[in-house]
Amino acid sequence: MTFAAIAEKVRSGVRITEAEALLLFEHPDLLALGELAQAVNERLNGRRVFFNVNRHINHTNICVTRCRFCAFYRREGEPGAYLMTMDEIRGRAEEAAKEGATEIHVVGGLHPDLPFEFYLDLLSTIKAVSPDLHVKAFTAVEIAYLADLAKLSIPQTLERLKEAGLGSLPGGGAEIFAPDIRNQLCPEKVSGAEWLSIMEKVHQAGLKSNATMLYGHLEGIADRVDHMRQLRELQDKTGGFQVFIPLAFQPEHSQLKIGGTGTSGVDDLRTLAVSRIYLDNFANIKAYWVMLGEKIAQVSLAFGVNDLDGTVVEERIGHEAGADTPQTMSLDAIVAMIRKAGRIPVERDTLYRELRVFP
Amino acid sequence: MLDHITEKVAAGADIDAKEALWCLTEGDLLAVGRLADSIRRSMHPEGCVSFVVDRNVNYTNVCESRCKFCAFYRDADAEDAYLLPTGEIMGKIEELVAQGGTQLLMQGGLHPSLDITYFEELFSLIKSRFPTVQNHSLSPAEVTHVAGLSGLSIHETLSRLKKAGLDSIPGGGAEILVDSVRQEISPKKIGWQGWAAVMREAARLGMPTTATMMFGSRERAEDVVEHLLRVRALQDEGGRFTAFIPWTYQPGNTELGGESASGVEYLKVLALSRIVLRNIRNVQASWVTQGAKMAQVALFFGANDLGGTMLEENVVAAAGCRFRMSREEMVELIRGAGFTPVRRTTLYRELERY
Repeated sequence: MTFAAIAEKVRSGVRITEAEALLLFEHPDLLALGELAQAVNERLNGRRVFFNVNRHINHTNICVTRCRFCAFYRREGEPGAYLMTMDEIRGRAEEAAKEGATEIHVVGGLHPDLPFEFYLDLLSTIKAVSPDLHVKAFTAVEIAYLADLAKLSIPQTLERLKEAGLGSLPGGGAEIFAPDIRNQLCPEKVSGAEWLSIMEKVHQAGLKSNATMLYGHLEGIADRVDHMRQLRELQDKTGGFQVFIPLAFQPEHSQLKIGGTGTSGVDDLRTLAVSRIYLDNFANIKAYWVMLGEKIAQVSLAFGVNDLDGTVVEERIGHEAGADTPQTMSLDAIVAMIRKAGRIPVERDTLYRELRVFP
Repeated sequence: MLDHITEKVAAGADIDAKEALWCLTEGDLLAVGRLADSIRRSMHPEGCVSFVVDRNVNYTNVCESRCKFCAFYRDADAEDAYLLPTGEIMGKIEELVAQGGTQLLMQGGLHPSLDITYFEELFSLIKSRFPTVQNHSLSPAEVTHVAGLSGLSIHETLSRLKKAGLDSIPGGGAEILVDSVRQEISPKKIGWQGWAAVMREAARLGMPTTATMMFGSRERAEDVVEHLLRVRALQDEGGRFTAFIPWTYQPGNTELGGESASGVEYLKVLALSRIVLRNIRNVQASWVTQGAKMAQVALFFGANDLGGTMLEENVVAAAGCRFRMSREEMVELIRGAGFTPVRRTTLYRELERY
């Protein structure tokens, strides 16, 4: 199988196999790969690039799991451990609403002592600030934990959270599905199979979600492709994933010592490009500027990416890990960045509905 | 237009101003990148990416030029104004040699009292103590300033510096070689003709030089194109530019302020440089201003060299840009992009293949 033959397939809209995705990963001509991903992206999205105006709330860093790649978690009572009060959460949501945010992104540690009601309260508190704020909250890992806490099934748990205001789910906690790698990274976390099965139930409950992949640590290219295969298969079944977001591992403050200074720029662009080509049933591929840096995120718009996440505001997890990007990017800065890449900025809501085009 | 330019590039012909401007303002990033990549691959078919182990020694920050884009300079009476004692300069070169460095890049402000005697003495001492180190120092603005202070012509100044041990001239201070832009960002610095005059004279004396471009401040796309065409013409006339090095204005702590060029803008200008300057063998990626990730990606947009490891750098750092890279990281970065890392001399002779 040659690159040209794969390109031919892709250009005529035929799905590629895992072996072909592997070959794309190993193809030395980065620009040819970029052109192919760009062609797929432009077929789907034209020259439009999405972003949203959002705010992150990481309500606690206290976590019972100790994932080795994570520099965010603390034990209860440890210096730096925190849990936001409901007033603090409300305050942040109010601030966000005032600044024109349409989305609150909530993820946090698996806190040992909080009751299920805390989470219901958190959702309804944010919704009480403004019913127009979309609350995208809790990774599949948190959902599994909450279900245990509430002694409810996953669908029942989701139903209760939905009633309290849950709008959709972020895609975190997927890390890498391959069991041998996952066991080294985060042995206490739900398995890849469980993550996928929770997402299936999320989608069945009528909720949309995102999907991520943490790369650039112990995994190989084959593990990345296999991760994407499982996402593509579930997406075929449910259609509930809105976007795929590869996340570059940040080694600086992590316990996981693998040497080096993190993923390379070429690896970032390749991973985004191959995912755009392979995940033919995903409408959107997102470059998360917090972890990639603004320059690579902007360049990735020529490598298949059509979504730049949002203004973010006060993200803590990637930054604890050593990401040296700013805490936030203004709407003007995102719009300028997209325009300077020769593309059309489009503000979206969490569910990828167009809110505003910046011609 | 793209087809037309592609044909010209394939035939080895020079593109003109209109075509260059189209690449910059309307060309697709990957399409322009591909043209640059094809030229880079035909000029460097062996698939190597080189770098030099070097140190920038900024002998003084006292500068009469007071360029608005610069965060490094100080007035002579400023509290943190400095002039490095000769002993300290020698110590820094000793460290460079101990770490296997081969290139010394001395650059400083336009100091009101450092004339030709200062540099003759300094360079002779350096040559006698470190005969194997390439002394790649003094940009055209400094050479012109020393000539003025000493009542000498550019020819006399360069001849005497060369005799004292100056081996080659870095191309700094080119900024944008268009006087209307220079008026705005560095009104007291030599004009583009002054820069060109020093580079011409250096070439006549057989001294290799490089050429730079600082973009992303106040220039228009047309000015970037003009800059590239002027450098190309100088090289055609008999210039001895070994490399072209475009880098982006860093706005931190400067009078000019504003923003830096984006990643896409950087890669486009880099690629266009490779396309326009076919008569200059090497194009450097600027990891100092772009960071390691972008510098690696730049290897697919026309760059075949990563410049120096820079054991020390103070000028860009003063503007808030603090990327650092070890030799190991550089080797890894090059390998990760699928190229063979090569450590080289200032004049691009291979020293070590990894």
